[in-house]
Amino acid sequence: MQALTNRSKMVSNKQMTFMERIYLPAIFKGMSITLKHFFKKKATISYPEQTREFSKIYRGRHVLKRDEEGRERCTACGLCAVSCPAEAITMIAAERKPGEEHLYREEKYAEVYEINMLRCIFCGDCEEACPKEAIFLTDRIVKSDYERLPFVYGKSLLVEPLDPNLRIDISGRQTKNVLNFKQNKRFAHNR
Amino acid sequence: MSLIKVTIDNIEVEVEPGTTILNAARKIGGAVVPPTMCYYSKLEGSGGKCRSCLVKVAQGSTKDPRPMPKLVASCRTAVMDGMVVQNITSPEVMENRRAITEFLLLNHPLDCPVCDQAGECHLQDLSYEHGLVDTETVEERRTFAPIDIGDKIKLHMNRCILCYRCVMVANQLTDQRVHGVLGRGDHSEISTFITRAIDNDFSGNMIDVCPVGALTDKTFRFKSRVWFTKPFDAHRDCPKCSGKVVLWKKGDEILRVTGRKDKYGELEDFICNDCRFEHKENSDWVIEGPRKIERHSVISQNHYETEVRNRSNQSQ
Repeated sequence: MQALTNRSKMVSNKQMTFMERIYLPAIFKGMSITLKHFFKKKATISYPEQTREFSKIYRGRHVLKRDEEGRERCTACGLCAVSCPAEAITMIAAERKPGEEHLYREEKYAEVYEINMLRCIFCGDCEEACPKEAIFLTDRIVKSDYERLPFVYGKSLLVEPLDPNLRIDISGRQTKNVLNFKQNKRFAHNR
Repeated sequence: MSLIKVTIDNIEVEVEPGTTILNAARKIGGAVVPPTMCYYSKLEGSGGKCRSCLVKVAQGSTKDPRPMPKLVASCRTAVMDGMVVQNITSPEVMENRRAITEFLLLNHPLDCPVCDQAGECHLQDLSYEHGLVDTETVEERRTFAPIDIGDKIKLHMNRCILCYRCVMVANQLTDQRVHGVLGRGDHSEISTFITRAIDNDFSGNMIDVCPVGALTDKTFRFKSRVWFTKPFDAHRDCPKCSGKVVLWKKGDEILRVTGRKDKYGELEDFICNDCRFEHKENSDWVIEGPRKIERHSVISQNHYETEVRNRSNQSQ
């Protein structure tokens, strides 16, 4: 019979030699490999107690930033949602009422802002699309869970805390070029 | 009357005498059509204000082949026999259009993320094609607080480019215009007479003719961005107007009703406020089918005009 591929191997029925029949050399060989690994550096870490070092530009869990005065930067423009290849982001906009100027920066804000973390592929397109520097990916990771529903993150989980000490630093994500661009007052949106 | 020949960007077209260069270009169609911000074919006397349609006339006519000394507004200049017009083939015109765009954006705020018009805004399209990322002006932009003119229309004077379309629509559709342009020069602004509200039955058309987001629908305010809604052609028996509209739906909910716009963003029919603001139930309308949206428009995101079928079904 002609072989369909050249990867197939012929099975042989040849007799094992005496050394092969007693199995001991093979067992010792295997055991020695196992034993060697006792003295090697461990490949795993015990996670919750220990954490690995993250890259500065790791794309993890999202944050919705506040500005220097603690107002939400997001204006629910929908560019993150339209750029999202996984369609993980949904939002409902609302109008800022008089007296809420200390809470929201623009006259429109996101009343509901949800990211489905199961859908999200952490590509960072939302961050790139954001015209208001509101959404950033951070070096934090999304917590695991047994249910699906807790993975739909609402504003309570996404917006960074008001307390200045608990603010999330994303400056590591911004390259020198980006920072230079943002400081240039020649560009209309930096005024 | 015999037809006359015009050449626009090396394309020859025959039009009736008295046609404007813009309409001759629209007869050709495609990329040679100059952009318009103030001209509106359905409104008499519109055009000539925004200067975004300026073109170069390289040869006035067969009888007088001298070129015109300056760029001319194509929406206001009638064609002559043997006229040679340059639009996108002339670097001078393109440079000028870039400068005009900068002028139109002089006082225009950068609030597209907030503006309801974003996605279907003519100024956005124009500045995307010709605009620059930066501006040369250092002066403060003039600012106004958004006001309600009429109970269904919001006026953001900040965004207005003073195209006068809404004034003309009120003049030509109704016999009582209660809003207009006040002030002169840099101080001109659209406003109503003191404490007068716009309550005409056809006032909603001001929203549709506005090329920017200066006049927006209050019932749709911040409801959704236009590219998250799906447009459907629909009609109903309306005693006041043709009743032919576009429904902008999100899921099963009708968020907004507008008139049908052609490829130049001009309304096919003016619709009444009853259709526009009062009928937002699915039972009010007979839905004809999804509206055709140009492929490069952001509204065409996830927009399917034809039924999605797999190939084996199609071949049957």
